[in-house]
Amino acid sequence: MIVKREKLNFWERLYLPALAGGLKVTATHLVNTLFKRGAVTMEYPEQKWTVPEGYRGAPYLVKDQDGATKCVSCQLCEFVCPPKAIKITPPGLAGQTADRANAEKMPLEFEINMLRCIFCGFCQEVCPEEAIFLMKDYSLTGTNRAEMIYNKEKLLELGGVHHDQIKKWEHKLDEAKEQEMFPVKD
Amino acid sequence: MQDILFYIFAALTLFFGFLVVVNPFSRNPVTSAMFLVLTIASLAGLFVLLNAFFLAAVQILVYAGAVMVLFLFVIMLMDIKEEERRRFKKFGVAMGLTAVAGLFGIVAKTIAESGVGAGLKPAFEGDTKTLGTALFSSGQFLLPFEIVSILLLVAMVGVILLSKKDLK
Amino acid sequence: MDWFNHLNPDLQFVLLSAVKVLAVLFLALLPMVAYSVLAERKISAWIQDRVGPNRVALPLLSGIPFLGSFLTRLGIWQPIADGVKSFLKEDFTPDHVRKIYFWLAPAITLIPAFLTVAVIPFGSTLGAQKMVIADLNVGILYSFGIVSLGVYGIVLAGYASNSKYPFLGGIRSSAQMISYEIAMGMSVVSVFMLVGDLNLSKVIEYQAGTTLGFIPNWLVFKQPVAFVIFLVAAFAETNRLPFDLPESETELVGGYNTEYSSMKFALFFMGEYANMIVSSAMMVTLFFGGWTLPFFGLDQRAESAQWLTGLAHIGIFVAKMLVLMVVFIWVRWMLPRFRYDQLMDLGWRRFIPLALANILATAVVLFLLNK
Ligand code: SF4
Ligand code: SF4
Repeated sequence: MIVKREKLNFWERLYLPALAGGLKVTATHLVNTLFKRGAVTMEYPEQKWTVPEGYRGAPYLVKDQDGATKCVSCQLCEFVCPPKAIKITPPGLAGQTADRANAEKMPLEFEINMLRCIFCGFCQEVCPEEAIFLMKDYSLTGTNRAEMIYNKEKLLELGGVHHDQIKKWEHKLDEAKEQEMFPVKD
Repeated sequence: MQDILFYIFAALTLFFGFLVVVNPFSRNPVTSAMFLVLTIASLAGLFVLLNAFFLAAVQILVYAGAVMVLFLFVIMLMDIKEEERRRFKKFGVAMGLTAVAGLFGIVAKTIAESGVGAGLKPAFEGDTKTLGTALFSSGQFLLPFEIVSILLLVAMVGVILLSKKDLK
Repeated sequence: MDWFNHLNPDLQFVLLSAVKVLAVLFLALLPMVAYSVLAERKISAWIQDRVGPNRVALPLLSGIPFLGSFLTRLGIWQPIADGVKSFLKEDFTPDHVRKIYFWLAPAITLIPAFLTVAVIPFGSTLGAQKMVIADLNVGILYSFGIVSLGVYGIVLAGYASNSKYPFLGGIRSSAQMISYEIAMGMSVVSVFMLVGDLNLSKVIEYQAGTTLGFIPNWLVFKQPVAFVIFLVAAFAETNRLPFDLPESETELVGGYNTEYSSMKFALFFMGEYANMIVSSAMMVTLFFGGWTLPFFGLDQRAESAQWLTGLAHIGIFVAKMLVLMVVFIWVRWMLPRFRYDQLMDLGWRRFIPLALANILATAVVLFLLNK
């Protein structure tokens, strides 16, 4: 679509009325801020902002209600992370097993570099175990780079407990028993 | 005091003037242009010593402030690289030397004839009013002034004609 | 003061001038530069419904019950913090720059602004001293000449940085400054046709008194067109929005000062504000009657015994200047940037013909009046 450009009339070409309009708008804002409404901004460290539900802040790891690490070290999140902020060290073949029954493994180390993370939420999206969540923290600070790499312990502590209603691992055991297709030893 | 200042400014003018063309440290056109600015500034100092304040101010305003900025503009826009040391042609050198010798001869003759002695008092203080009257009274400089004006006008029209892309 | 009167007049003159220079520079100009930055930040904040700088507190002074916290909220100490910060920052010189010009450029921007102050009469007389550093009879030409040198700082900064954005900024500024200098110079010609003298003190004397008993004789009322042209040209010469093309952040990163950091950057920054201050002082002198006020007999030179009047004159001058500074700042937060061709069009095809027409009109009126 071609919008026809209106011919400006004399006053419009003179700029002056537009200038006066601009001065008026800015002056009104100035007076309002100073004497009437006050500033619309918040004074950050003293006044804090209420983080809304569903906000995507820093990603942390969670435990289930039994206190077990949910992450199974599948490394999907490491793979999907666009800025490569996640670094997972799997336990290896002879490594320690998971701290709950029927989970094959859990990560030996799980690091997120918060300097790289862009809070995109892909890791939460891709995780098959609901083990990683973007939480409400938005202002992370540290005095050096090393400090900004959060390890597994720290992530779990910050993440807290996620109440798991399905308890997939318990069901998995029952299912296997019922089907009797696989010899289940317990 | 006046004399000392004169020698200082004159020496500076010559020194900077030399650096414009034969700078041993850099053959960068921007550096040359900057030294030309300094030359002009020291010339303005000489004008002040002659009580020609108006000329001094205009010297700075027009030459240092506008013309040289345009020079810089053009140098930068055309991206003139450092000039290479080039070999001079014999003919060019000969012509150049002849021209310099001629000019030098004229200057020397003038100096010799003027009879260096007591300095002259300036005919008038170089303030704007006297200058204006001198320029615009028909007995004095009106005709040259108008001729120069027309010359400038012609130059201006020429530039506009040249820079127009399509002439109708 | 007895010893002083015994010195020979030349020495007295030199000493007094030195005192004036130092006082104007360190008591007036530099603090004003620092605080106009603060004013800019505060006013921009208010216009944009924000608070502005309100954190920096001095240990003892901010402890004063009510006043202390009020001053802190006003950001009074912010310029100190800014200054300390720019000294402490790393002064980084990129590898690819042309070193000598890179170091010279910030100084070249700042110095002309300081030099121009010399001819501005910022007060009448204090004691027996004229409150102007150098009462030149070609005052205005001098200041135009010096101001026109200010562009070298920017052009050289652009050239020295040896990278594309600063370079574009430098080139833009050289063309812009020259264009608007012409308009500016022509606009004041009509002013001087009325006054008949290039000395700025004479310009102020001309503006004393009132017409019809209440309109001050200020030239802004007699030469409104010249004033508008001068004002707009002043915006262009100081690189302020709407004409800040040499540094337009949205197109050129930071323009000519992209490669600069720390104190060198601060010098550019101070240069901009110093130029603003000088332009406002110039406008006050040329168009708003300088240190005069047409009431209470404040438009006559103070006698040597009238210290109070002398001080009042300086106060009036500073007050008028501050109003113009606020206008400078206000406009910055109101208008979007001009496109480069629009800028050139405005300068060459609108203002220069307008200024010429104004000169002609003034000449005709003067001729008819004098007949
Ligand atoms: S939020 Fe995005 S960037 Fe951050 S760790 Fe998860 S996938 Fe990586
Ligand atoms: S957090 Fe989720 S996706 Fe990442 S390794 Fe653990 S289980 Fe896999």
